[in-house]
Amino acid sequence: MEKILEVNNLQVSFDTYAGEVKAVRGVSFHLNKGETLAIVGESGSGKSVTSKSLMKLIPNPPGRIVNGEILFEGKDLVHYSEKQMQKIRGSEISMIFQDPMTSLNPTMTIGKQIMESIIKHQNVSKTEARRKGIELLEMVGIPQAENRFSSYPHQFSGGMRQRVVIAMAISCNPKILIADEPTTALDVTIQAQILELLKDLQKKMGTSIIFITHDLGVVANIADRVAVMYAGKIVEIGKVDEIFYHPEHPYTWGLLGAMPNLNEDAGELITIPGSPPDLLNPPLGDAFADRNRYAMKIDYQMEPPMFKVSDTHYASTWLLHEKSPKIMLPDVLKKHRQTAPRGKQNEHLAKRKEQREKLLEIKNLKQYFTSGTNLIKAVDGIDFDIYKGETFGLVGESGCGKSTTGRTIIRLYHATDGEILYNNVNIHNKKSSLDTQKLNQKIQMIFQDPYSSLNPRQTVADIIAEGMDIHGLSINRKERLEKVYDLLETVGLNREHANRYPHEFSGGQRQRIGIARALAVDPEFIIADEPISALDVSIQAQVVNLLKRLQKEKGLTYLFIAHDLSMVKYISDRIGVMYKGRIVELAESNELYQNPLHPYTKSLLSAIPLPDPETEKTRKRIKFDEKLIWNDEGEEPVLREVKPEHWVSCTEQEYNDFKNYFDVI
Amino acid sequence: MMIPNNKEITDDLFQPAESEKSREVILRPNITYWQEVWKRFRKNKAAFVGLILIAIILALAIFGPYVNQHGYDEQDLTRANLPPKIPVLEHVSWLGLNGMDIQGVDRYEENGISENFWFGTDNLGRDLWTRVWEGTRISLYIAFLAAIIDLIIGVAYGGISAYYGGKVDNIMQRIVEILVGIPSLIVIILLILVLQPGIISITLAMVITGWVGMARIVRGQILKLKEQEYVLASRTLGAKDRRLIWKHLIPNSMGPIIITTMFTIPTAIFTEAFLSFIGLGLQPPIASLGTLINDGYKLLRIYPHMLAFSSIIISMVMISFNLIGDGLRDALDPKMRK
Amino acid sequence: MGRYIFGRIGYMLITFLVIATFTFFLMQTLPGSPFNDERLSESQKERLYERYGLDEPAPIQYVKYMTNIFKGDFGVSFQYDGRAVTDIIGERIGASAVLGAQSLLFGCIIGIILGIIAAIKHNTAIDYMAMLIAVIGLSVPNFVFAGLLQYWVGVKLQWLPVAFWEGFEYSILPTIALSVFVIATIARFMRTEMLEVLGQDYIVTAKAKGLNQFAIVMKHGLRNAAIPIITILGPMTVSLLTGTLVIEKIFSVPGLGEQFVKSIMTNDFPVIMGVTLFYSILFIGVVLIVDILYGVIDPRIRLSGGTK
Repeated sequence: MEKILEVNNLQVSFDTYAGEVKAVRGVSFHLNKGETLAIVGESGSGKSVTSKSLMKLIPNPPGRIVNGEILFEGKDLVHYSEKQMQKIRGSEISMIFQDPMTSLNPTMTIGKQIMESIIKHQNVSKTEARRKGIELLEMVGIPQAENRFSSYPHQFSGGMRQRVVIAMAISCNPKILIADEPTTALDVTIQAQILELLKDLQKKMGTSIIFITHDLGVVANIADRVAVMYAGKIVEIGKVDEIFYHPEHPYTWGLLGAMPNLNEDAGELITIPGSPPDLLNPPLGDAFADRNRYAMKIDYQMEPPMFKVSDTHYASTWLLHEKSPKIMLPDVLKKHRQTAPRGKQNEHLAKRKEQREKLLEIKNLKQYFTSGTNLIKAVDGIDFDIYKGETFGLVGESGCGKSTTGRTIIRLYHATDGEILYNNVNIHNKKSSLDTQKLNQKIQMIFQDPYSSLNPRQTVADIIAEGMDIHGLSINRKERLEKVYDLLETVGLNREHANRYPHEFSGGQRQRIGIARALAVDPEFIIADEPISALDVSIQAQVVNLLKRLQKEKGLTYLFIAHDLSMVKYISDRIGVMYKGRIVELAESNELYQNPLHPYTKSLLSAIPLPDPETEKTRKRIKFDEKLIWNDEGEEPVLREVKPEHWVSCTEQEYNDFKNYFDVI
Repeated sequence: MMIPNNKEITDDLFQPAESEKSREVILRPNITYWQEVWKRFRKNKAAFVGLILIAIILALAIFGPYVNQHGYDEQDLTRANLPPKIPVLEHVSWLGLNGMDIQGVDRYEENGISENFWFGTDNLGRDLWTRVWEGTRISLYIAFLAAIIDLIIGVAYGGISAYYGGKVDNIMQRIVEILVGIPSLIVIILLILVLQPGIISITLAMVITGWVGMARIVRGQILKLKEQEYVLASRTLGAKDRRLIWKHLIPNSMGPIIITTMFTIPTAIFTEAFLSFIGLGLQPPIASLGTLINDGYKLLRIYPHMLAFSSIIISMVMISFNLIGDGLRDALDPKMRK
Repeated sequence: MGRYIFGRIGYMLITFLVIATFTFFLMQTLPGSPFNDERLSESQKERLYERYGLDEPAPIQYVKYMTNIFKGDFGVSFQYDGRAVTDIIGERIGASAVLGAQSLLFGCIIGIILGIIAAIKHNTAIDYMAMLIAVIGLSVPNFVFAGLLQYWVGVKLQWLPVAFWEGFEYSILPTIALSVFVIATIARFMRTEMLEVLGQDYIVTAKAKGLNQFAIVMKHGLRNAAIPIITILGPMTVSLLTGTLVIEKIFSVPGLGEQFVKSIMTNDFPVIMGVTLFYSILFIGVVLIVDILYGVIDPRIRLSGGTK
């Protein structure tokens, strides 16, 4: 295969006031013509900086390319002047960015923005550029392209905007397309569409794609080859099958193990302990050593070279050295090689069914907001129960009302209508402050954003002890501090951390402080509102494992709200799927994933990319037709139990159809 | 790919490493928020110079008038209109601190005065050194007073409006919108006309419209903070208003409040001087920087020194406060902190 | 959008009524009388009071006053022997308008250029210099600056006239003195906005298209950065108004500001009230225009029809 791009020993640094941050520390890889190379890594791994450096888009100062070569068709771009680069950018190499909401100029029509690049590079007339622009919009699937040509970005949805960005990027038939997390800001169904579009365009135009992402599912879906980055270096690179089925680097093991498998009930997720190193002072030796459970002495002394595994597969770990003891691939990872047997019943669940008691009952809950003259029906009549000791998952895409549901239950909002019964008592009618206080203690919440959920002016001790202070749970300072120490240790932090301030911690650590705060008042029921969606994969697993452990130890009940369906499936006993303020389907998690009945659930499930290239190659996405959803006309669909413990929002007619169907089986 | 020289790699290097490492390391140093702000502020040279200048001016405004024995209202026509004369510096000719007037006549020699008036004297023979620092003191006093009252009213009004939200906020904001529509200068002038110029009346006139800016800033900040997850967390823990306000909202609003105050002070100093300039300032013999400048203008062509010192000091005070304000804004900028 | 403008005009009227009422009642409580002349006998004073309607009870004066205002009649001056206030304003407004417009134009142009240069050369010596100049311009009171100009350029160097209003060269010094604050404010604002805009993702997108720095700044940066400048035109007008009072007095420009200061000295209430109201209308009008302009220029507001 012909190489179109070759990067050798690329080093990029940023000069900050604290010192030089070595963001990329010697990266080498190549890109073949017509292939898709995925660069995968967690935040701060240098993947984005690498991709921007290829086009020399790193702002200078503070960033600079310290060393290395970027050979594009044999020419070294590192030594290109800014003028020469301007000829390359947009015509030979172009780029798609992460957030379509901010990557388009809000005060310029999308047509002008597309034409800009055509006129700049192709030397054509305005009419010609316009014709070409419309053609491009059609090509990326924007309906009524001609009419929408003079629309402004804010008149498009996120997915449509990303299509516009793609149209701009491919306008001059670039040889390389760099996609920097192009689907991260999008909902899963939109993500699936954009991935399809990219693959489709690649087929038509033969473009080489560098795809930056943190999502292994997306990698499995789109990549031919994969480079795994950690702490500014590529630690493993190879064909997609090699990386997913024969990973050699312990970091890759960790990443793969941290993802739950939709097809199986695994035990604990593999976690990578700790957090990535500080690139201001990169550690001596292997940067991953501190988090590597197989670390050897040499890892702390020498940087491992790239060991060759096969002609296409290299990994940088001392474990591959001939003198190293042979470490077997962890068992959990083998799950990615085969699909688990289906229909395995979860026994303890079945057992629990008999003796379970309702902790929370939601009846016809409605939460409307007014914005100006508009009435927004965030939650529009939902019913469900949560049983003691279970985890109830609530999933749906952004804006479906799942977070509002959580916040209404904990009374951050005053419900517009409906009842919330906690232990058979309606908690939204509480008047006495004593009852309210008791309730505040029993129901707790874990929040989404680890950066905004801790008061930056308080010490960790004060944050964790806040609930204890409010409810008078500690008698004196000493006892209070002891409890804080206990809680810190419970969530896997050290007692020395008590006097520190939130900004000193990493995202995962902060999230655990938030959990400790909720635990401090000994709650029975915890609402976890997207507690992991702001975290990196390996850190997500830490938090999820912690939540699972705490549930077992303390008998907690969870309402787990998330958009990441695979995590929800992993942690939840039962799941409710929300769409536009309503629950469209509710069932036990295995049942829901194996026999989705509602068209929306089906499409949602079919859109989740799995970290398994085999499955991804054969996946068929089920398109969801919005017309199938009730639009205030005809019979209103109601949540009905079509099968024991399996509820679907349907009309009378549909209900009978389901019934007949299941009776036949 | 290349493998380092095998000779260096001995077998024992492949022994498992002892896991003496603490898994939960913290990468950032343990300093409080305000320590960090101070660290950043100090790095800003301009702001730091501003701070030092203000400290010096403040010290002189407090102690300056006592350096010599002249009172600020002590008239003596025999020593009227003396140009400034400062020992040592009088030999640096371009500074013009040698007691010569613009005709090059040494007024001290001519009038047989042996005492040195560092800033010269005015047309009534009052010592300008004393008057300038006395004036600085009064100007600063008015400015600080106005800033503090603005702060109290603004924080209370904006805080209540944002915290309670809904109807309360609606009504309070309507009032603010009307007030914002009134040019403050007009109100101030009219009020001074009615109240008669004086320290209190000038301060009050400035406060009457001045608090609106602070109220809007505080309201915006509180509205933003109210949606922050740590405030929601505190509410879900059952925190009462008092706790939310004092533990969460106020501490996290301090930044914008301090910055706004820092910019209120120079504005107030300017407004006071402006009022003096259009004849609505303090009445003689009380001096403020504004009245001194106004007086200085009358004899600008013959005795520029009467305008010079008060102008330099008011400019320095204004520049310093603006520099400090800028520096604080940069130091408190949450975008720089993660 | 129409609804929005309608609402704004409503506010404008209420604000104006509040100001008019406030002005009237303040004037009622004023201690000084325009006819505090010892040579006037009691009967002469009474006749003057009657002539100017000052003998009637306050509510009646108020009603008369308000109706007259809406007829465009601001009353007659005490000092200028019965001349209509509107006439005085009309006669004086010319010089002030020229001065204000020149300063605003000059200030905006220089300020925008300075701001853009500072933003592009962010964190370089040029940026620091520009911002130091801006801080000084913002801080040094215009009357101090005017004094400096008068003394050095006018008296010492004798390059330009320092007083009166008899041609363009007479307007140069007052224009510069008045525009310093405008330059400083706009430059600082423009720099901040430009830096903010240049840090946006769509600027990286533009760069990734292969556009050069100049095209990026002019096509993508300027418009987005300049839109918010409209919002400070309101406060800008106030500072210009304040400025004209001082600057016109210093340079003896026969403008409205100078008249206003003179009237304050002589307790000429109708003129004070009239000019006050005139200034208020001007200010309210500018704020309204700014609001509407903002909607027209920013497509996000124009097309969604919403409020800010």
